[in-house]
Amino acid sequence: MSVSSWAWLVLLLPLLGSLVVSFGFRAIPPRLAGAIGTASIGLAFACAVAVLVSLLGEEPESRRHASSLYEYAGAGGLDIELGIYVDQLSAFMILVVTGVSALIHLYSFGYMKSDEGYHRFFAYLNFFVFSMLLLVLAGNFVLLIVGWAFVGFASYALISFWFRRTTATKAGMKAFVINVVGDVGLVLAAFLIFQQIGSFDYATVFETAPQVFESNQWEVTAICLLLLVGAFAKSAQIPLHTWLPDAMEGPTPVSALIHAATMVTAGVYLIARSHELFYLAPTAADIAAFAGLATLLVAGTIAIAMTDLKRAIAYSTMSQIGYMIMGVSIGAYAAGLFHLMTHAFFKALLFMAAGSIIAAMANHQDIDRMSGFWKAMRFTSLMLLVGGLALAAFPLTSGFFSKDSILSYAEARGGMYLWMAVGGYVGAFLTAIYTFRLVFRVLPGRPCEEAQHLIDTGELYHGPPLNPASEEREDAEVGFPGPEHHIAEQSRSMAVAMALLGFGALFGGLVQVPGVDNVLFGFLEPAFEGSPLAEVHPSVGHEWRGLAIGAAISLLGIGTAWLLWVRRPDLPGLFRKRLRPAYLLALHKWYFDEAIDLLVVRPALAVGRFANGVFERVVVDGLVSGTAGGVRGAGGIVRLVQSGFVRGYALLLIAGFAGLGLYFLVVST
Amino acid sequence: MSIEWYIVLSSLLFATGAVGILIRRSPIVILLCLELMLNAGNLALIAFSRMVGNEEGQVFALVVMVVAACEVVVGLGLIVAIFRRRLPLDVDALRELRG
Repeated sequence: MSVSSWAWLVLLLPLLGSLVVSFGFRAIPPRLAGAIGTASIGLAFACAVAVLVSLLGEEPESRRHASSLYEYAGAGGLDIELGIYVDQLSAFMILVVTGVSALIHLYSFGYMKSDEGYHRFFAYLNFFVFSMLLLVLAGNFVLLIVGWAFVGFASYALISFWFRRTTATKAGMKAFVINVVGDVGLVLAAFLIFQQIGSFDYATVFETAPQVFESNQWEVTAICLLLLVGAFAKSAQIPLHTWLPDAMEGPTPVSALIHAATMVTAGVYLIARSHELFYLAPTAADIAAFAGLATLLVAGTIAIAMTDLKRAIAYSTMSQIGYMIMGVSIGAYAAGLFHLMTHAFFKALLFMAAGSIIAAMANHQDIDRMSGFWKAMRFTSLMLLVGGLALAAFPLTSGFFSKDSILSYAEARGGMYLWMAVGGYVGAFLTAIYTFRLVFRVLPGRPCEEAQHLIDTGELYHGPPLNPASEEREDAEVGFPGPEHHIAEQSRSMAVAMALLGFGALFGGLVQVPGVDNVLFGFLEPAFEGSPLAEVHPSVGHEWRGLAIGAAISLLGIGTAWLLWVRRPDLPGLFRKRLRPAYLLALHKWYFDEAIDLLVVRPALAVGRFANGVFERVVVDGLVSGTAGGVRGAGGIVRLVQSGFVRGYALLLIAGFAGLGLYFLVVST
Repeated sequence: MSIEWYIVLSSLLFATGAVGILIRRSPIVILLCLELMLNAGNLALIAFSRMVGNEEGQVFALVVMVVAACEVVVGLGLIVAIFRRRLPLDVDALRELRG
């Protein structure tokens, strides 16, 4: 089979899984639904591997395949094909998406076992994977927008999965609204591209763009900025990031799948995909890079102050995606995608470990209540440690190589990008601190009540079912979290998924060790040969110097975290008191929610109130009731004629004809 | 005899019928006045037919008579229905259609 037929299969299988589970939910027993969902993604992964193998069998320059099922719309120069585009970039993306998604499905198979909405969960999850694959495989901007919007909807459905929990439905709406802001940006960008170039097709657009646009021409800058609106909304970059922490209201596998490994990387993919345009608009690319830098630093500081386990990891995700956005914007395409891959491994793993711990805590997520899980849950703790090490870029783990490949590229490009490298290293220090803050507060120490219960009885602790965000009491029925979730120690499917991801998190970086091997970059780089920025290569010596700095910073950060939360647990309290303004700033997430409320929500409400009070009530209602009153008045006059007297009508008739006769008489003479 | 006399007579007949319809209240008299008006028309038709010299006007007069017969059937039917329901035979009393 050819490359594109395998790619169509990759797209088809998750859709099929979703349809079978959602239409057959009455006939299919829950465990089978989970198995179908997991198997469809697993098979899709196998097909993605087949795509890779067939691509590798070809010359690196000819690894581009466009395939179309049929022409969706074609008139007057419009050429929208229902088509996919397979090159190194999309092959890489489908491998990461299907691979990590398959493991997360496997994890959910055990984790969600006691939930009433098991079928629904797998139907949504499969649909999400389908949408994401559509997004990365799309062969033109129209299909990209379709996938983009599907992903937004899937995210909404999964965040609000426990639909009777108020906080969850609100978070879902927030995510959806902010994602739609991004969709609008993307749609406008596509319109502008069509107006300027006359095609939606990737190959045409990216080939003709250098002839159509001069560097930094305002049209191409506008296109890139609009694309960035879409990318930032999906990838939770400042200032469109506020939905991501709230999205942690969804079940933990959702956080792992959508809000760590796949969906939020769509923005990174978009920038990498349209790198030809961004090369022509250096201003827009620099704006993106700075936004990425700002996000990675801001999110890093917030993550240090968060006490909610999942939200802290969510801010870490924002921060890491900041690295990727920065990377692909300054031209380190392959490095940014490398970090995307390793991040998918270790962040999914961290969320899975967090989910396992939260399950043992009877859904409580506050790290102030957690301690001593090393004694209670050895495997989960080990996996949390592995994920934490990779995230903190501990030497020789995957995050170590990927993060430094971005930063050493920034350094090699020089100029102001050197400062981005410096900012990146500051961010790396923050990363190591907040990661090991979580590790040191959850794992060591005397087991907390819940952990002790697990050690003593071997069963999960059951508190009253409470909403961790609002402390409201909840049922354990449909629309709420089930009676319990499961932990990796007692569920083989969860343990297998975590072990495989742990392997990836530890050793995933070895595909691209400077001076040793060049597997990933060698594969990806032909896809970016159109951009001169891809020619910049830091020397091996530079890269190892960067790696050494990275290792030192990582160890320093871990040491600082150890000092603060193990050796001298009194210090954080002291810092909180001494640096109160800084602490409050981080604790309130830099007041972004409040700022958006003040700058966007309230003005929008005021405009709405004005429109309602003045325009709707006076102008619209005035027009409507004025028309009605006029018609009624005219009717009142005409009614007088309808006297009911037959003779009256006869008189009118005769008078009418007499008048008519007189008129003709006058006209004729 | 010139055509004017016929036209004058026809107009007088028509005016008499129209005035009768306007001032009388009994439906039977109104029907009679209607007949008067129709026949004024017939008279004019036949007079013109004679003047022009072909028979088309006479054919129309016959058609008008048929129509008049039908109209009388409907009108008398209505009058009988009103009588049967013991309503007053007075067109001014029947004004439910007032707007």
